Amino acid sequence: MNVKIGRPINIEIDHLSRVEGHGDIRIRIENGKLVECTWKVVETPRFFEVMFKGLSIEMAPLLAARICGICSISHALASARAIERALKIEIPEPAQKVRLLAKHAETLQSHTLHLFFLVAPDFLDVDSVIPLIQTHPQVVETAARIKGFANRASDLFAGRTTHPMVIKVGGSTQVPRKRQLKELVKDLDATIPYLWKALDLFKSFRMPDFARETEFVSLRGTEEYPFIGGNLVSSDGICKKEDEYRAMTNEYVVDFSTSKFSRLSRESFAVGALARFNNNYDLLHPKAKETAEELNLKLGEHNPFFYNLAQLVECFHVMYESKEIILSLIDSAISEFASHYRVKGCEGVGAVEAPRGILYHYYRIGEDGKIEKSDCVIPTSQNHVNIYYDLHKQVEELIGQGKGEEEIRNLSQMLVRAYDPCISCSVH
Amino acid sequence: MKYLGITLERPKIGVFDFTGCEGCQLQIANKEETLTDLFGLVEVVNFREISSERRNDYEVAFVEGSITTDNEVARLKKIRIQAKILVAMGACACLGGVNNLRSRFPLPDVVKEVYGGHPVDTGPVRKVTEVVPVDIELPGCPISKPEFEWVVRHLVLGIEPQFPKYPVCVECKQRLNSCVLDMGMMCLGPITRAGCNAVCPRNRFGCWGCRGPSDEANFKSLMEILGERGFSEEHISERINFFNAFSGLSQ
Repeated sequence: MNVKIGRPINIEIDHLSRVEGHGDIRIRIENGKLVECTWKVVETPRFFEVMFKGLSIEMAPLLAARICGICSISHALASARAIERALKIEIPEPAQKVRLLAKHAETLQSHTLHLFFLVAPDFLDVDSVIPLIQTHPQVVETAARIKGFANRASDLFAGRTTHPMVIKVGGSTQVPRKRQLKELVKDLDATIPYLWKALDLFKSFRMPDFARETEFVSLRGTEEYPFIGGNLVSSDGICKKEDEYRAMTNEYVVDFSTSKFSRLSRESFAVGALARFNNNYDLLHPKAKETAEELNLKLGEHNPFFYNLAQLVECFHVMYESKEIILSLIDSAISEFASHYRVKGCEGVGAVEAPRGILYHYYRIGEDGKIEKSDCVIPTSQNHVNIYYDLHKQVEELIGQGKGEEEIRNLSQMLVRAYDPCISCSVH
Repeated sequence: MKYLGITLERPKIGVFDFTGCEGCQLQIANKEETLTDLFGLVEVVNFREISSERRNDYEVAFVEGSITTDNEVARLKKIRIQAKILVAMGACACLGGVNNLRSRFPLPDVVKEVYGGHPVDTGPVRKVTEVVPVDIELPGCPISKPEFEWVVRHLVLGIEPQFPKYPVCVECKQRLNSCVLDMGMMCLGPITRAGCNAVCPRNRFGCWGCRGPSDEANFKSLMEILGERGFSEEHISERINFFNAFSGLSQ
C-alpha cells in the first residue's frame, strides 16, 4: 500500500513488546515528510548508584546482579572486577576459567532468548514464540535445546541462571567437580547439532536492507575474543585504557529519557555483538568465522539488523570455546579458587562485554571497605542515540520508497529489537 | 487440558512488570523444557516481554517489581480490578527487595545523585501489598522456576498453595549440604522460609533472606548465635536489611 501524499501517519507504540524494559516509539509523518521520530525510554529509575552507597564490597557483586535479570552474570563480573582491580587482587586461574564459562553461558542464554523469543516471531509473522509451538515445533525445540544447555551451564558455573552467587570478590565460591564437568561436555556435544539447525533457520531469514555508517565501540582482545577486561577501542581509531572509560562513554542527560545517553567521535556510537564482531573479527573461533561466512556477515557490516546474525556467530564462538575451557579445567589440578585480600581506600573500574555490549562498573572504596561512590554505564544506554538516528534514517528511506504505515510500523519495531535493548538495565 | 479424565479450565494469565530487573519474568520464559506444557495449562494473554499480543481479559495477574511512581499505582489498581487472583512475584513485589536500599537516603538526594538537576518521575519504594490486596505471594530473588510452576498447577486445580513453613536449614539437610554457618560464613537460613532448595548455601554462599521469614522464626536466637561467632552488628544488619525481609522481626 502506498502512502498518499498529504495523508498523515501517526505511529504511537507504547511499551514496545519483545524487548526487556519499557520504551516507546513515536513517528509522525505529514505531507510525506517526517515531522517527529523518537525513541523514548520511559523506564522507572531504580537508583542503583545510590543503593551501592555504604555497602560492604563483599555484597557489591550480589547487588550489581540485580540491575538486570538477563545479564546479571555480566553485572556481577564487572562489579567484582572493579573491586579486584581497585584492591589489586589477582584471582586464581581456575576462578578465572569458571568466570569465563559463566560469562559464556550467559551470552548463550541471552542471545538464544533474543534470537528465538524476541526476533524470530517477526520473521515467521507471529506475535510470539507461543503460536510457534503448534506451527513450527522444530524451531521451538531448537531454541529449547540450546537454551536448556545454557541454563544448565549457568547453574553449574554461576550457581543459577539469574542472579549468581558463585562470583565473589577474590574469585569464586567453588569450582565444579570433574564429574559434573565431564557430564556437561557430553551435554555440550549433544547441543551443538541444534546450533547448526539455528544457523539453517537464520540463513532462511532475509534481513531488511538498511545501513547507516556508525562508530563501533567494544573491548579489544589481545589473544582471545574479548569478554572480561582489556582495552577499549572504537572503529574510528580510538583506543583507551579500561580506567579511562569516562572518556569513551561521555554520558549526558536528556529530557525525554530516563536513560542517560552517550557519544564519542560522532553524534552516536554502537556497542554489542556487531561492534565486537567488527572490532575483533580476527580473534573469532574458526567455527564462528565459518558461520559468519554462511550467514554472509562480513567484516565492516553497518546494517543494524545484522546484530541478530552477529549474535548467532557469537553463540558458535562461546560454545566451541567453552568446550576447550572445560576440558582444560578437567585436566588441571585445582587447589585454590579465591584469593584473600585486605580492604583499603582505593578506586577501580571493571569493564566486561555483556551480551548487549560493553558494560562498566566503577567504585570508590573507603578505608573501611565500604563503597563511597559508584558509577555503572550500561550497554543499552550507549546504544540509545544510535537507535534514535537509525530509526530516523530508516523511516525517511521508507517514506522515500513510498511504504505504508504498517510496513513503517513493523520495520521500526524490528529495528529497535535488533539492538536487543535491555531498557530496565539502562535505567538502573 | 485433561487430567484424570476431567477437563480443566485453562485460566487466562497476564504477566506485568513494575520497578525491577525483570529477572522473575525471565524465570518463566527460562523453563524451556516445560514451556510447552505450561502454555498448554494456561492461556497467556498479556506478557509484554515475550509477546506482542495484549488482551485485558486475564483472570490471574502475576506482578513483578516494586511500586515507585503514581503511574505505576494507577496501572496496578487497574490490574487489580481486572484480575480475580493477583500474585505478587519476587522479592521486589513481596518485600520491596533491594530497591529499599535507596530508602536509606532522602528521596531528593537520591534523584540529585543520579540525575543532577533533571526532574525524574519517582516516589517512595512500596511493596505491592501497600497499594492493592495480594492473593498469593511468590517469594524469592529471583523466584524459583519449579515453585512458579507449582503455583500454576494449584491455580489450575483451584487449590490454595501452601508455602513451606519451615526454614532453609531443612532443605540444606535434605540436600546433605555442609552447614555454611559451621564453615564460618554468615547465613540467615535458620530464619528464612524454605522453597528455594537452599540454592545459595548449596553454592557455598550463606542465605541472605530473599524469601522472607519462615513461620515462628527465632530471630533473637540467630542474632545471639551470629554474635557469638564474631559477626559485627553492622555486618549482621547489612545482611538482614538487604531485601527488607525482616523489618517486622528486627525492630
